[in-house]
Amino acid sequence: MSDYKVLLVDDEKDFVEVLAERLEARGLHVDTALTGLSAIVKAEETRYDAILLDMAMPGMDGIETLERLLELNPDLQVILLTGRATLSQAAAAIKLGALDLLEKPADITTLVRKIEDAAKKRWSLEDQHIEEKVADILRKKGW
Amino acid sequence: MSLEDLPSPGAPERDLDSLISQGRYRRLFLTVLIAVSVVAVVPLLIMTGVNYYQYRQAFRSEVSRPMVGLATSGKQGLESFLDERLSALELVVRECTYEELQDPVRLGRLLVNMKQAFGGFVDFGVLDDKGVQITYAGPFELEGRSYESAPWYRQVAQHGTYVSDVFMGYRNAPHFVVAVEHDTDTGHFFVLRATIDSEVINRLVASLVTQPSADAFLVNQDGILQTPSRRYGAALDSAPLPRLAAGSQATLSEITDGRGEDVIVSHAQIEHSPFTLVLVSPQGELLAGWITLRRNLLIFLGVSVVLILAVVSVGARHMVNRYREADMLRATAYHKMEYTNKMAALGRLSAGVAHEINNPISIINEKAGLLKDLLLMSREMPPRDKLTELVDSVLRSADRCGSITHRLLGFAKHMEVRRETIDLDSLLIDVLGFLEKEAAYRNIEVTFAFPETPPRIVSDRGQLQQVFLNIINNAFAAVDDHGRIEIGVREADGERWAAWIEDNGVGIAEEHLAHIFDPFFTTKKGAGTGLGLSITYGIVQKLGGEIAVQSTVGEGTRFTVTLPKGPAEE
Repeated sequence: MSDYKVLLVDDEKDFVEVLAERLEARGLHVDTALTGLSAIVKAEETRYDAILLDMAMPGMDGIETLERLLELNPDLQVILLTGRATLSQAAAAIKLGALDLLEKPADITTLVRKIEDAAKKRWSLEDQHIEEKVADILRKKGW
Repeated sequence: MSLEDLPSPGAPERDLDSLISQGRYRRLFLTVLIAVSVVAVVPLLIMTGVNYYQYRQAFRSEVSRPMVGLATSGKQGLESFLDERLSALELVVRECTYEELQDPVRLGRLLVNMKQAFGGFVDFGVLDDKGVQITYAGPFELEGRSYESAPWYRQVAQHGTYVSDVFMGYRNAPHFVVAVEHDTDTGHFFVLRATIDSEVINRLVASLVTQPSADAFLVNQDGILQTPSRRYGAALDSAPLPRLAAGSQATLSEITDGRGEDVIVSHAQIEHSPFTLVLVSPQGELLAGWITLRRNLLIFLGVSVVLILAVVSVGARHMVNRYREADMLRATAYHKMEYTNKMAALGRLSAGVAHEINNPISIINEKAGLLKDLLLMSREMPPRDKLTELVDSVLRSADRCGSITHRLLGFAKHMEVRRETIDLDSLLIDVLGFLEKEAAYRNIEVTFAFPETPPRIVSDRGQLQQVFLNIINNAFAAVDDHGRIEIGVREADGERWAAWIEDNGVGIAEEHLAHIFDPFFTTKKGAGTGLGLSITYGIVQKLGGEIAVQSTVGEGTRFTVTLPKGPAEE
């Protein structure tokens, strides 16, 4: 298992701490944030392979946080967690660019697999960007 | 009931079941029946009454005019007949001397002349001032008779002229006497007396009979027939009529005669005589036209009234039935909607509860998962305090679930009607508990303003929870995120507490304010049943309270629920 870096965002402190501990036990590096705002601040500073984001939070809610995160970096892979997902919410989230939407309480194995999927996607996107840049440079050099 | 008992918009306190009681419709039916019948029948009765009176007057004058005319002309004829004869006697006594009249031959010649000139004279007699008939001309031997004690002699001596009743006398045939008195130069007087055969006036009177059923005759002051009557017998019989009023003018009267027949009588007194002329006609015949008309009028009236009552009765029954059906349909619809609304409220509540319960369950899930991780992943037994902490957390979260489900159960339990002592402030806080998360997520600031002494009332907890949940839900729907809601209680007066819920949301347009308590009124297109506030209003009324609303568009809305401290009177 590679040591992916994950940001976990939820207003429920008990939940965040325990889930973080369990994910770390599975070889992931986990940062936590209790509000949407602190999540954005952390995402600016650190590169995360995946972000787990709670939908229902006081102040800035999941959807708004998602929008601002993707504004910051469209490559970010965000998995939404929700207490009660409705179809319209899920559709809105996917449309905005979320990778996936999981219902709470989520099975830890499923969650880890989703995080790995997110990380791989993130890597492949970055590889793609690098290839594009290399091709661009080569073209400019006239090769 | 009236129709004003009907539930009307703006007064949604409607206990429709009580409206659909049999008695109410029977009363309505009777009211409509009586009102419409009276309106239809009374003018008919008045019109018929007026017609009846007018027709009767017309018929009466039609009948009376000819009878009165006939009586008047008959009276004049008889009066001139008597006058003529008296004048003739006057002329004789003035033109002839007492001595001349004492000559029987001369008197006999006078009688013959007078018979030829006037007719009706039977005999003449001259009486001296002692009442002795000194000369007589006629068919009998009456010379030397004394009439001193006869009433007619005294009358003529006193008044100068005299007309007697009809009598049989010595002659055995109805006749009457006319007499005149004359004073001589010597200070004495004498009387000339003439007998007149009744047959002459019989013919005169009989000529006044114009119809086969009619009758005409003379009576004297004692009601004795002076001429023969078709109806009441021969002369000198008693006429079976009540006493007729004296008067020289012809008058008309309706009477029942001695034979029990209704007759119309026209009578007039003949001047200077004891006679009264009487014309009699049976009513039935004269008024036959009127009686037919009257019968037709009454039949028409009867048939019309029966017809009106029948139509009105059928119409009223039909109308009341339709009305009852409409009421029942509405009541059914209302009950259905009330139920739907309760279900919608429960659904909303369940969704909130599910959402709230989900968080502690997630935590339990993660903690239990971590426990499992620790047990499976570490080779040694994990430290005791770590495990204790995890289990404590699981228990805490389970507790949280428990309290949420209890609150829900408490709400459901109080769906049945029950009176108990309630602190309004804690009840409001309880209700808000269901919406706490939404307030947190949407950053809605909820503040409380409760009095120092607990606002205690005796009421129905479940019903009040529904009332305040409805109102607070509306407040949440009205405000934007970061909105503000104030919930408070103050003493309205010695008897009542007033609870208010004020928001700074969109407000309610003035044209909507009057309708917000109407059933099915909603501005949430497709999102609401439009029953929430109507039911809230109904419950508050049932609990003996009042609900009021003030609102300004763009500034916010304030609902005030005033509730009695003691139990509501049923």
